[in-house]
Amino acid sequence: VLFAPLTFVLPPPANAKQHASAFQFFFGKLQHIGQFSLETFANQLSLAKVEHHGSAGAVRTSRLLVAALLLNRRLCSFPIVIIEGVLIFVIVSNIVVAEIVVADDEMSQLILLLLVFWSGLHSLISLLLLLLTARSSGSKRLSANMGKSKEAEEKRINKELANIRSKFKGDKALDGYQKKKYVCKLLFIFLLGNDIDFGHMEAVNLLNSNKYTEKQIGYLFISVLISENNELMRLVQQNLKNDLASRNPVHVNLALECIANIGSKEMAEMFAPEIPKLLVMGDAGDTVKQSAALCLLKLFRTAPEMVPMGDWTSRVIHLLNDQHMGVVTAAVSLIEALVKRNPDDFKGCVSLSISRLARIVTSSYTDLQDYTYYFVPAPWLSVKLLRLLQNYPPPEDTTVRNRLAECLETILNKAVEPPKSKKVQHSNAKNAVLFEAISLIIHMDSDPSLLVRACSQLGQFLSNRETNLRYLALESMCLLATSEFSHDAVKRHQETVVTALKSERDVSVRQRAVDLLYAMCDRSNAEEIVGEMLTYLETADYSIRGELVLKIAILAEKYASDYTWYVDTILNLIRLAGDFVSEEVWYRAYAAKTVFEALEAPACHENMVKVGGYILGEFGNLIAGDARSSPSTQFQLLHGKFHLCSPPTRALLLSAYIKLVNLFPEIREDIIAVLESDANLRNSNVEIQQRASEYLSLARNSTQDVLATVLEEMPPFPERESSILAQLRKKKPAVEDAIRVRGEKQQQRPASGAADGAAASAPIAATPASGGGGGVKLQGDIAGAESNTDSDLLGLDFGGSAPAAAAGGGGAGGGSVDLLSSILDVGVSSSSSSSAAPSAASGASAQRKTVVVGAGASGSIVGEENWHKFVCKNSGVLYENDILQVGVKCDYQQSSGRIVVYYGNKTPAPLAQFASVINLPDSSLTNQLGIQVKPVGDRVGASEQVNESSEMDSATFFQHWKQLSQPEQECQKIFQAKFPMDAETTKTKILGFGFSLLSNIDSNPANFVGAGIVQTKSGNIGSLFRLEPNQQAQMYRLTVHSIKPGVSKRLCELLETQI
Amino acid sequence: MIHFMLLFSRQGKLRLQKWYISQTDKAKKKITRDLVTLILARKPKMCSFLEWKELKIVYKRYASLYFCCAIEQQDNELLCLEVIHRYVELLDKYFGSVCELDIIFNFEKAYFMLDEFILGGEVQETSKKNVLKAIAAQDLLQEDNNEPKSVLEDLGLANIASALSS
Repeated sequence: VLFAPLTFVLPPPANAKQHASAFQFFFGKLQHIGQFSLETFANQLSLAKVEHHGSAGAVRTSRLLVAALLLNRRLCSFPIVIIEGVLIFVIVSNIVVAEIVVADDEMSQLILLLLVFWSGLHSLISLLLLLLTARSSGSKRLSANMGKSKEAEEKRINKELANIRSKFKGDKALDGYQKKKYVCKLLFIFLLGNDIDFGHMEAVNLLNSNKYTEKQIGYLFISVLISENNELMRLVQQNLKNDLASRNPVHVNLALECIANIGSKEMAEMFAPEIPKLLVMGDAGDTVKQSAALCLLKLFRTAPEMVPMGDWTSRVIHLLNDQHMGVVTAAVSLIEALVKRNPDDFKGCVSLSISRLARIVTSSYTDLQDYTYYFVPAPWLSVKLLRLLQNYPPPEDTTVRNRLAECLETILNKAVEPPKSKKVQHSNAKNAVLFEAISLIIHMDSDPSLLVRACSQLGQFLSNRETNLRYLALESMCLLATSEFSHDAVKRHQETVVTALKSERDVSVRQRAVDLLYAMCDRSNAEEIVGEMLTYLETADYSIRGELVLKIAILAEKYASDYTWYVDTILNLIRLAGDFVSEEVWYRAYAAKTVFEALEAPACHENMVKVGGYILGEFGNLIAGDARSSPSTQFQLLHGKFHLCSPPTRALLLSAYIKLVNLFPEIREDIIAVLESDANLRNSNVEIQQRASEYLSLARNSTQDVLATVLEEMPPFPERESSILAQLRKKKPAVEDAIRVRGEKQQQRPASGAADGAAASAPIAATPASGGGGGVKLQGDIAGAESNTDSDLLGLDFGGSAPAAAAGGGGAGGGSVDLLSSILDVGVSSSSSSSAAPSAASGASAQRKTVVVGAGASGSIVGEENWHKFVCKNSGVLYENDILQVGVKCDYQQSSGRIVVYYGNKTPAPLAQFASVINLPDSSLTNQLGIQVKPVGDRVGASEQVNESSEMDSATFFQHWKQLSQPEQECQKIFQAKFPMDAETTKTKILGFGFSLLSNIDSNPANFVGAGIVQTKSGNIGSLFRLEPNQQAQMYRLTVHSIKPGVSKRLCELLETQI
Repeated sequence: MIHFMLLFSRQGKLRLQKWYISQTDKAKKKITRDLVTLILARKPKMCSFLEWKELKIVYKRYASLYFCCAIEQQDNELLCLEVIHRYVELLDKYFGSVCELDIIFNFEKAYFMLDEFILGGEVQETSKKNVLKAIAAQDLLQEDNNEPKSVLEDLGLANIASALSS
């Protein structure tokens, strides 16, 4: 016997020396026994440092370790350690080898280490070491050793793997038990974090075994380690099939669990038709039913099309009435998935689940026995039932509905009852049901009293001690805030939520508070909430900043009541979180001032510099009167940030500087100095270099007049149809807008070309069209405009559609909407010219004309931009807002044309008293154009555009070209491209304009040449054009020759706007 | 539906993993790594729920072991917390004061128990008695009954190492 019983007693607190000597004695004995060398440990153990803690923790640690060793006895024959109080017995073969009083954490750890080494099970060491390091406070030495033991562990594992591999490959056939053992070992090694690449076949073989445990381990290995597309899966499926058909329910269950665990498509194909039988079969055991329900659910989720609907589907909802609560619990999950796909087929489950729910919530906690969880009756089933009901609207049947309402009230009542247990499990389970009930209440959104009660209950949770509850209350309240019934009730908690935002320690809870503030925000509290959010933004966690900024911006825009507040908010946003920069309106002087202040801060975001550069450059003069923001201060302030900025920002700043030269001649020299510095003039960045040199020569050589022209202040921003403007507009009477629009129209008209020359006259018959519902169609036919002049303009005003947002109009679809007059202006400009082409040898004639329509409605500005759209296009949307869409479609035959104006009603309610009026402001125009309005709508006629391409060869073309080269017949323009210079697009546009395109005529293939005819009643006007793009300069040169003087000019002007 | 359940130690070592949705091994490893880092960084008093991608993470610490579940948006977080607790109770009842090492060395039992309790990501049987009865029935089927179910119980030491925090 190698191990004679040894007994050490380490007197607990006595003194360190005693400890040490006792230990040495113990070590010495072990060494003497010669099992292994203790040198390593002796080094580690600086005995002098051993201190007595005597803490319960130490004892606990050793207990844990020892317990582990004990548990593991089966895996390895091991010296057994038993703890009794503070004693450790080391036992080998039931003989007490050592008995040590452990009073010290570190010491007990070492002893255990010794034991582990002793048994020679190196693979366990690192596990234990991990545990030890976790436990030990002064564990540096131990963790230093971990590297080594990790290697040891690896070595050990590799050895074991090699062993198992050889066993599997060996000549000797392994029996079931051995196979199970090795498969189990492989799993263990896998779970320790190693990759396993063999043993799969052996695991599958285990499935053939008749022994339950062997089968079980086989299935476990498969569900943990075999992926669903492994080639062994077919074998597995065969086994599954056998087991499913087995008469032994435990085997059936194993198969079902395996299918549920893997649930591949192939399995769905193979087993989905079989499993429903198990589910509704009368004699199947309860556990089989449970597994079958969830197994089928898994397959249904994987491949719903594979699960055949049939007889069983009508029976499945009756499982809700099953005696066995476990069966109901499993079945509800399946039913919910089926319902989600096909709610109508399973409608019957509503009343069934309500009655089941009623039985649960009214039962006392003893009724349901083991299904009561910490005094809460069947919380899992209740929650699942409440979830199921959220797939349906509130029940129509009053008895059922009342029953459900009673259930929900009971749940709400229980929430305020004193708790039956102080355990957190009780409150969690109870509140889980409560939160699910509240979700259902919100989902139904029909019972105001329940909603308000839910809200007040959640309000109480907001100040609960449990972080989890506060989190969930904030989350649920977000949903409540969206219901009209409870929105106000939620708003009452604003203060608490703000406090949560400020004081919660957990960022995820603060995040919920932000969400809730966002959800509860409306016009009445917007300023306050946005203010709080901004304050919070200063300290907010980086992870939620982005979202927070977005929320603030949206709220500020949505509920802005005055510009100052909005700009303040947006500028604050930029200052605090510059990654977000709004492109919205800047409020000029106010912005300049604020931006100046913001730039004064020692550190500011680059985007702030950009904004600052732009604003000061444009409007710096507005604040220059103030000595604190004198011109040179402004410049210095901007330039102070210059060297910190990226090249694009620097380039922007250079532009700002040259603007400052214009605004403040007194700082011209300073700026010239900056521009001519090598850092700019010779910068490697081309953009900076070019700007510097251009601005330098501009600053040096130009007179103040030139500067002032080049650097003229930006015109007021064109109003855009942004959401904020749309919101603002709602508040203003539409009439006011309409008036404004009309005024602008008046100015615009002369610009689009004066009409001169004779025109054919035609009667005007306009009948206002009225309509409701879908839309009103208005046809305009402008007939027979004849012109021997270059261009005509027809301005038409279609008055009176676009409803103003009359809030008093009653509910949707109800009363008629009061239409305030808002104006739709339609300006039709037709330019007609005759062409000289008919005489061409080809005989082809080209005809062209243009109709230009401009419209304005309900306060939007429809300027040249809109009617210019129709120079090259025959149809499109003329105008669109929230209520109305106006589309235009034109077609032209010879010199007559038809313009159809469509009005589309975008609201759900019909537009009543809809009228359209054609307004011809100028009587001379009336004379020029014949206008007929069809009874269904209004018809307006004008001269027309039809394109007939003129084919001609180079010689013919240039012959005509030369014939038409008298000064008054030629018009040439050089202009900047207004759109990207893309040949294909340009081609489309020219064709749309009415010109034909002639290829192989110009020596430069990049140039466009072509011909067209403008047809009018009085005759046709031929014209030729040549367009020469210059890609580098982004410029075009356009030359038009036409038989009639003036036509060339007008064509030139029109084309210029398009390309 | 529960997407997966992970058990890992305070040192970040994965002790048990159960996936209810199919994932590649690589994805599993990444998800595990991400979540372990995320959760270990959280302080004790913080809330047990986390938003993570499209999912909600519910976790709870028992002694040195973290239990972590990923559930879907519409699932009930509080109840998931109790799913975890019920599982711990089951383990505790079966092993008698369960500790981390029980799960390491008796992983197969931990898996079998989980399969009885949760199947396909949904709670199957909430009764503690029924689950334990099923496991006991399995143990009875073990051919070599000479293997003790739990050494600790053999030795009458069921109360040691109480790893369960109340």
